[in-house]
Amino acid sequence: MDVGIVSYGAYVPRYRITPGEIGRVWGADGEGMGASLNVKRKSVPAPDEDTITISTEALRVALLRGAIDPQEIGAIYVGSESHPYAVKPTATVVAQAVGATPYLTAADFEFACKAGTAAIQTCMGLVGSGMIRYGIAIGADTSQGAPGDALEYSASAGGAAFVIGREHLIARIRHTASYTTDTPDFWRREGQRYPSHSGRFTGEPAFFRHVTECARRMFEVAGTQPRDYQHVVFHQPNGKFPQRVGKQLGFTEEQMRYGLVTPYIGNTYSGAALIGLAHVLDHAEPKDRILVVGYGSGAGSDAFDLDATEEVGELDRSFGQPVSEFLEQGIELPYAVYAKFRGKIHMGGS
Amino acid sequence: MATTIARYWRETPRRYNLGGSRCTVCRTIYFPPRSVCPSCSTHRQSLGKMEPFQLSGEGEVYSFCTVHDAAEGFEMEVPYVLALVKTREGPLLTGQVVDLPAERVRIGLKVRATFRKLREEGKAGVIHYGYKFSPAEEPPPHRRPGRSSEPSRSGTPAPEEGRVRA
Repeated sequence: MDVGIVSYGAYVPRYRITPGEIGRVWGADGEGMGASLNVKRKSVPAPDEDTITISTEALRVALLRGAIDPQEIGAIYVGSESHPYAVKPTATVVAQAVGATPYLTAADFEFACKAGTAAIQTCMGLVGSGMIRYGIAIGADTSQGAPGDALEYSASAGGAAFVIGREHLIARIRHTASYTTDTPDFWRREGQRYPSHSGRFTGEPAFFRHVTECARRMFEVAGTQPRDYQHVVFHQPNGKFPQRVGKQLGFTEEQMRYGLVTPYIGNTYSGAALIGLAHVLDHAEPKDRILVVGYGSGAGSDAFDLDATEEVGELDRSFGQPVSEFLEQGIELPYAVYAKFRGKIHMGGS
Repeated sequence: MATTIARYWRETPRRYNLGGSRCTVCRTIYFPPRSVCPSCSTHRQSLGKMEPFQLSGEGEVYSFCTVHDAAEGFEMEVPYVLALVKTREGPLLTGQVVDLPAERVRIGLKVRATFRKLREEGKAGVIHYGYKFSPAEEPPPHRRPGRSSEPSRSGTPAPEEGRVRA
């Protein structure tokens, strides 16, 4: 039986900051940094936003759009590397906030930036086996970069939620494939506030190797090649990596048109590829074929081969905020207010 | 601390989901929920006849004030706006208006409920969540979302008009 996406929703906080403004504070060429990363602005969560609130907002839109009864949800998995609690699940709060409790299973996933795609695969198994009717997969983050670090120019906040089911599919997931190795390119140790990374090592042996190998594996499994797809979405830690890997694999800019959102909202980590997919679904036509290749440091890639169904045109995709509004709108902040919002100002005390 | 956790936990349905109540005798909607209806001619008439009712979260600013001297835990958000919001179903709710500079909040501003952190019990304590309001200059039309080709499969009752008492 087919398994796929029944509905979806995305959420990105309203505030923005530019690389130029960040560079101004650190005496660096912020505009140059933004240009080299292909990041024009990044989103900033308000002081009262976190991964739980972002996940809830995205899922509420998904449930309303699809007119899904929350009591029919059998599982909620939230993928993030910025869960507000070290011990106490994000997923239980989200489940309660959308009215899905108590007869469901829930858990938090963590695999750097690909925990959300891992959640989709888990839901595919549960839904495909008939154990549950709907599974919810969410990828969301309020990522942080240490002040002045290169990550600070791109690390942002946002997320997307997908309802995985068997009926009324707007996009059928035909195949999925993964590529996983032990590669120490980016990490955050227990109790550490900011992540660490291995500089240029995050490129070739990490992002590029895993994304290209996973995509090639998907082509083998699905019997496809780049020209078979109308849309492609890659993980997007910045605006340049996905463009480069897309070109290496043989995709055109037109195929990446909707899937690339990081230049306008920054790197939303676990939300990045999934917000890109949400943007593609906002514009997809029936029979469009879509390739998604996520990436998480540590490291691994998950790929999905989807095709949009006739029902994609029947879903009320205008309900809630389409992703394009998040890309175009926002309230720009000066660095001082951004630092206050992100808790970067030492307030005294312990 | 334990008392605060228990109190917040008991209020979860109303704080997370705007869960109110409706009198099935006179159709008056209440938020917070009530177990008897003070609008009915004799309160006993409504005993056992109150039903859960979920507000849509849509409404407009009825009145507001700007807070410059923050309550504990809100220091990072000064100045912030506390508003009385007239919901579509009628009850007046008190809540913070977020995602809009304080000077742009006005009476009549269309808002919708959004899920946010309300407060944290210190750096190591529990985080409390609930509703606030964000601007909705173009609120979703009063229609049932879903697919155009079939009736809604949602189990959530559609908001209905009714007599209202906040």
